[in-house]
Amino acid sequence: MSESNIRDLYQQVIMDHNKKPRNFREMLDANHLAHGNNPLCGDALVVFVKMTGDVIEDLSFQGSGCAISVASASLMTEILKGKTLEEAEEIYQQVHKQMTNEDVDPAILGKLEVLAGVREFPARVKCATLSWHTMHTAMESDHDISVTTE
Amino acid sequence: MGIFDINAVRKDFPILEQEVYGFPLAYLDNAASSQKPIQVIEAMNDYYRQDNANVHRGVHRLSQRATDAYEGARSKVRDFIHAKSDKEIVFVRGATEAINLIAHSFVRPMLNAGDEILISHMEHHANIVPWQMLCDEAGAKLIVIPMTDRGELDLSSFDDLLTSKTKIMAIGEVSNALGTINPVKMMTRKAHEKGIPVLIDGAQAVPHMPADVQDIDCDFYVFSGHKMFAPTGIGVLYGKEALLEEMAPWQGGGDMILSVSFEKTQYNVLPYKFEAGTPNIAGTIGLGAAIDYMKGVGIEALAKYEQDLLVYATNKLTAMDGIRIIGTAENKASVLSFMIDGVHPHDVGTIFDQQGVAIRAGHHCAQPVMQFYGIPATARASFAFYNTMEEVDALVSAIQKVQELFA
Repeated sequence: MSESNIRDLYQQVIMDHNKKPRNFREMLDANHLAHGNNPLCGDALVVFVKMTGDVIEDLSFQGSGCAISVASASLMTEILKGKTLEEAEEIYQQVHKQMTNEDVDPAILGKLEVLAGVREFPARVKCATLSWHTMHTAMESDHDISVTTE
Repeated sequence: MGIFDINAVRKDFPILEQEVYGFPLAYLDNAASSQKPIQVIEAMNDYYRQDNANVHRGVHRLSQRATDAYEGARSKVRDFIHAKSDKEIVFVRGATEAINLIAHSFVRPMLNAGDEILISHMEHHANIVPWQMLCDEAGAKLIVIPMTDRGELDLSSFDDLLTSKTKIMAIGEVSNALGTINPVKMMTRKAHEKGIPVLIDGAQAVPHMPADVQDIDCDFYVFSGHKMFAPTGIGVLYGKEALLEEMAPWQGGGDMILSVSFEKTQYNVLPYKFEAGTPNIAGTIGLGAAIDYMKGVGIEALAKYEQDLLVYATNKLTAMDGIRIIGTAENKASVLSFMIDGVHPHDVGTIFDQQGVAIRAGHHCAQPVMQFYGIPATARASFAFYNTMEEVDALVSAIQKVQELFA
């Protein structure tokens, strides 16, 4: 049982994104940016967003964290690029619902379903959601702003 | 018990006899908090079943018994750390509260702008933040003794750091993040040569080795019960009597007074001056029982056994590929901090847990140590005398599991 839980958590897609995070770069022409910190474990990342109208034209991140937080951030940048604010908000909500065991729409979640294994590890949920909270905060502000999860 | 008997010892810790996710529990997070022997649990139970009453004030039988047990524990602590007098033993919530008490009642009244407080790079946050707060308030400076790559204090310029402005030196005897045993006796002597008072944080030392405040000759010594097989919420401040005598109380309330009127309050004598309000009586009794237990096992014997465990574990991990041990000091106690190449310590902690191996993954409330090594966190196995060589083997196979998964 524990073996399969661990395999569910550390799926191939997660391991791949951890090893080779996508969009892992500073974005000099970002127009939204936020810092995310988890003071308990020291995870720290920056999310950069470039909006054109209400479309996310570019999304990237930098920082350090565990496999779950890096993979989640990497997946997020892949999925949200090209989405409208409204679509991004919907996906953000779905990611949250997935973590809190609520009903989700697989069509909207798409490959973010690989994060479902985190639910079995309550202590790790914050690792998976840090980048998403940070992205959300970045969208809501024009300033460089910090978000903290515990 | 002349000879250390691990099997007999383990029977006293019922919590250790359980499985986690189908694996036997290997509890290797003792630096965070230790387990309690049945003797400690029963001592507290007995108190609540038979003797529960307030201390120092009742004329009735139960109050007398509670007071005797409470004060009896104080004598046990005095004997345990080799203090001169029961008056020098103040019960507090833990090492953190003891340091804050000294910061407020001893250092604060004499701290002026430009003064210095000396700590080290490997202190626990509890021995950094109270001093930092005080320095901010007074415009004083926090001076930090540097450390080396091995995780030892770099004392090459120690003499220069002890200045006429230094109002206190506060040093951990054993580093919780690295396991380093610091030369506190020598450091105390040098500080005293310049008239600087010394506080030693013994929280990570008392569970693992004999404590002797008169041998160190420190002015203050602090530790927590829960790291030495006693309950949470009880700890000890030792202070030299003459210094405690001079200090103003920290908190006001009942028990710390001789007489109260609206015009003037006369404070109680030591150590009660520093014990305002009804204390943690059950916790104190539990602490006394933990001391009895450690003495029964034999503190020298358990220290030697733990050294064997640490050497065994260190050799095992050193022989593995892709493992970096953080903290390789010459003198170490019971802590093995490490990194697995390419794997964040939090992932390590989760995967270990699924195999019944409980460790700490994080910064261990010692972020400056993490910054020194340029890492966000470490995985830390920390031992107590009830751990076994088999549990070290479980640690090793858990590491192999992580390496397999992240290959």
